[in-house]
Amino acid sequence: MRPTTFALLGGVIAAPAGAATVTVTIPKQDVAEYHRPYVAIWLEPAGGGAARTVALWYETKKTGKDAGTKYLADLRAWWRKGGRSMTVPADGISGATRAPGQYSVKLPDGLKPGAYVLTVEAARETGGRELVTLPLTVPNPSARGSGKTELGAVTVSAR
Amino acid sequence: MKPFTVRLLAAAALLATPAMLSAHRMWLLPSGTVFSGTDSWVTIDAAVSNDLFFFDHQPLRLDGMKVWQPDGTPGQLQNGATGRYRSVFDVQLDKPGTWKVGTAMSGVMGSFKVDGVEKRVGGRGGPPRPGQPAPLTVADIPANATDVKLTETSSRNEVFLTAGAPTTTVFAPSGKGLEFAPVTHPDELIAGEAAKFRFLIDGKPAAGLKVTVIPGGKRYRNDENAMTLTTGADGVVSVTWPAAGMYWLNATATDAKTTTPRATERRMSYVTTLEVLTP
Repeated sequence: MRPTTFALLGGVIAAPAGAATVTVTIPKQDVAEYHRPYVAIWLEPAGGGAARTVALWYETKKTGKDAGTKYLADLRAWWRKGGRSMTVPADGISGATRAPGQYSVKLPDGLKPGAYVLTVEAARETGGRELVTLPLTVPNPSARGSGKTELGAVTVSAR
Repeated sequence: MKPFTVRLLAAAALLATPAMLSAHRMWLLPSGTVFSGTDSWVTIDAAVSNDLFFFDHQPLRLDGMKVWQPDGTPGQLQNGATGRYRSVFDVQLDKPGTWKVGTAMSGVMGSFKVDGVEKRVGGRGGPPRPGQPAPLTVADIPANATDVKLTETSSRNEVFLTAGAPTTTVFAPSGKGLEFAPVTHPDELIAGEAAKFRFLIDGKPAAGLKVTVIPGGKRYRNDENAMTLTTGADGVVSVTWPAAGMYWLNATATDAKTTTPRATERRMSYVTTLEVLTP
């Protein structure tokens, strides 16, 4: 078994799925009290399986009694899909919340070819919560979607 | 001073209806059920009322309130206070996993006659009332008693709270009375999805058990919107949540499997409050 496994792995490494990028837009909100949203981006195999967190933006710097991690469960879908068993901060995944604008995040290299579902979840204090779900295939993923309130355009491209 | 007979009748009427069988519902209402971060606290209201979850009748006493940590060992209840309509207390969820908080009460109630005079066994629970004699117990029934009618009662009222990833140790059944053995974790309930819960009586699946599920927020709608469900042969009931929110779940069972000498009936009740989240 072992040599075969190695051979397969070698195959994957030799032909990487390529650098794919997801671009997420955080829209401006016309509100009196604005807080940057918590955002989680994760990938799940379409046929079911463990979710893989691609990015997590939260109040990483706030610690102590009301630490930024206290509100991670407000990203309810992500929390259930695996956030709750993840250790944060997570290298290369978690980062500070983002101001309104467009942000690009690289999808992980070496994803096994197949069908996936990408989800972007945003939850804003004194604001709303929204999920944008995009089906995509690896390699060469390409997908486009948009939220209505908490998220703007979400695109995935094979670059 | 009311005439003695009137007081006696009133007392008998009160005693004849154990709290668990009256129309009034006891409930616990946690501030949340799913927690993240490193310093999680839950605060819980405890009350008895008709409409869920509005405290407008009686507080639920905190005497029998217990906390089970995720590993099953006893935890600590903090900042407990009992007001006119509700009790409130906090639990610091300082260990990851699923916690259980609630009461498990059991008792014997009924009546017997001595020299033609009827006496009651068992009280209404709660702390001793000053100026009133303590309720009689089974041990107080004299040898010459006649017309002994005794009913065993047991009731559980509990909620489940999860800090971090959910665990299942606190669901381990004791094998005594009516118990909740969830198939779907009670802190993973989603609107529109079906959840499965198993009920056990003395550790065995409780088939044909009637289970009532009522959404909170009664004041803001006309209908009770109660779901009446029945467990299958495997003791499992399936609940599909129509919307996100807090739900009160109650199951009751009666049988003749008593352990107290001369008791003829056993009444069991289970109550939990469940939080259903949006998808």
